[in-house]
Amino acid sequence: MSTTIDPEPEVEQAPQTKPPTRAGDALFSGTALGAGLLVILFLAGVGAFLTIRGLPALDASGDSAYGEPNIWKFVGMLLVGTVYASVIAMVIVTPLAIALALVISHYAPKKLAKPVGYLVDLLAAVPSVVFGLWGLEVLAPRLLPLYKWLNEHASWIPLFDGSVNQRSLLTAAIVLALMALPIVTAILREVFAQTPRAHEEAALALGATRWEMVKLAVFPYARSGMVAAVLLGLGRALGETMAVAMVLSATGTGYLTASIITSEAPNTIAAFIANYYANASGAKINTLIFAGLALFLLTFLVNFAGRWIATRGQVKG
Amino acid sequence: MALQTQAPTSGSMSITAGQLPRTATPMVAVFAAAIGVVAGLLLGSGIAMMVFIAWLVFTLGLFVWSRTVEGSRKAKDRTINAVVWSAFVLAMIPLVSLVVTVVVKGGPVLSPGFLSRDMTGFAALGQGGGIYHAIMGTIMVTALAAIIAVPIGIFTAIYLVEYGAGKPLAKVITFLVDVMTGIPSIVAGLFAVSLFIAVSDEPLPRLGIGGGIALSLLMLPTVIRSVEEMLKLVPNDLREASYALGVPKWRTIVKVVLPTSVAGIVTGVTLAIARVAGETAPLLLICGTFPSANWNPFNGAVQTLPVYIYTSLSQTSHAKYGDIWTDRVWGAALVLIIIVMALNLIARIIGNVFAPKTGR
Repeated sequence: MSTTIDPEPEVEQAPQTKPPTRAGDALFSGTALGAGLLVILFLAGVGAFLTIRGLPALDASGDSAYGEPNIWKFVGMLLVGTVYASVIAMVIVTPLAIALALVISHYAPKKLAKPVGYLVDLLAAVPSVVFGLWGLEVLAPRLLPLYKWLNEHASWIPLFDGSVNQRSLLTAAIVLALMALPIVTAILREVFAQTPRAHEEAALALGATRWEMVKLAVFPYARSGMVAAVLLGLGRALGETMAVAMVLSATGTGYLTASIITSEAPNTIAAFIANYYANASGAKINTLIFAGLALFLLTFLVNFAGRWIATRGQVKG
Repeated sequence: MALQTQAPTSGSMSITAGQLPRTATPMVAVFAAAIGVVAGLLLGSGIAMMVFIAWLVFTLGLFVWSRTVEGSRKAKDRTINAVVWSAFVLAMIPLVSLVVTVVVKGGPVLSPGFLSRDMTGFAALGQGGGIYHAIMGTIMVTALAAIIAVPIGIFTAIYLVEYGAGKPLAKVITFLVDVMTGIPSIVAGLFAVSLFIAVSDEPLPRLGIGGGIALSLLMLPTVIRSVEEMLKLVPNDLREASYALGVPKWRTIVKVVLPTSVAGIVTGVTLAIARVAGETAPLLLICGTFPSANWNPFNGAVQTLPVYIYTSLSQTSHAKYGDIWTDRVWGAALVLIIIVMALNLIARIIGNVFAPKTGR
């Protein structure tokens, strides 16, 4: 008897605790889920296609590796150039971005800070090809006298050795720095603005000058954010194509020199692909795609490190 | 007694003692500028050198004066202040120069003919022709990218915020969106190329839809991120009030959540479109160049503005620079900047005008 009664209330209860299923709900959540899965599929497709097209390049050599003995030498050369140009760009951009962000967040009066911040945001939208055009036509000729002077007076430093060319690695790095500046500044501004007001006021109340306040209250609080901002800017500079492709006059994979003011510079991956794609065919395309894959992995690692540091800082924060 | 002996022993007890006059900075600046000009004239160097000497004198002079009068802490503060502001100016010079150059060099080129003609029948290095085809190509490819990326992006964000919060799948998607943010633009182009090599069996496929797909790949993370942020800002009270009235979840999202955040969503989407409208690298690989407007995205190369600028310039840099030709390049650059900036401004205006009233 009791065994036949017991299941019945359970059967009746079950539909009551479940919300009524509606066709609209199922459709909508299904679409949303589908879109999410599509994103996964999209990225998986990117990985799969690049790997399938890129892997045949593993046994490329000679002509199909653009004159290098094997694919590793080819990618290695370009990786060195990519990292070299981007690191120089970061060396230039980091102090400038910190200063710019400090001006906007702490130094400038509010009336000036807002339009300046707005201007910097707008500049982030200037297309890279315009930066390249400006770098080639306006910046490079202006830098030539400086390069000549450096070459004359400081050629004992390996950086300034060799025959001077205005379309050098340093010019490319300066353009890269200018392109990364708005992004790095935007992140740094956010980071600096998050300093607790009480810390700043406590420092000022104890008689600290403005710089001491920044050094004692703002920087310690923003340390991980600053590292993250620079790494994210580096990720951006590594993948930047057009500005380098237009400004740098490297031929082929370039030369391994420390000098940053000659045209005999190592080329970057992205610029190499852009410059040599039009004449590529067959195995060369695989080589270029393999180089793209290497670039993707490099930027992924740098961005990942940046985000990891950023989130770790937040937790500790 | 003890307190009195600790009191400062410097002679004057005036309240302004140990401080530079209020006009110290301009005074040093004028002095430094004078020295810079004189030294520059004596050495016969250019304006850049004069400015550099003046700056050096200004920073050092201020430091030394402040150090003798105010002590090392104040001197350091003043110096850093000067350094920070000069770094700021140094950073703004190239950025302003860029905008000014493009406007000054590109402005005179803009004419109705330049905007309404294409390059059919015009030699690459000759006179005449215009950028109509490139403008139309940019609009078409960007629109294609938006058509692909915006719905997927919005629905993914809805999934992340409304359905998937805390689920492992949502975490995976969030991570992948992070990865996508870092995809270099040229890699997106290579992806489109490898995809269409597989689909079309051509050795070097060139077609508009490929550009759309490559750009949508670059757009997606921006769209998802900004929409996600906006949806998270919608107060939970609104959702719960809607549920309490018996409204199904999907109607709550469509009628309550999305209208509340629509301004932010439109702003984010427009900014994402503006970002990809100026992308060059992927379009260089997959869209190629073409002398007239090609409205068929599934067949043949499509000329776009950024690629037009790049290819024109690489052709002239080998030949002798033709004035007309470089002018045309600057004109195209100005049009491109105008398009991107207009999208940005529209985005910000929408964001300001339609932002939910902050009554709560």
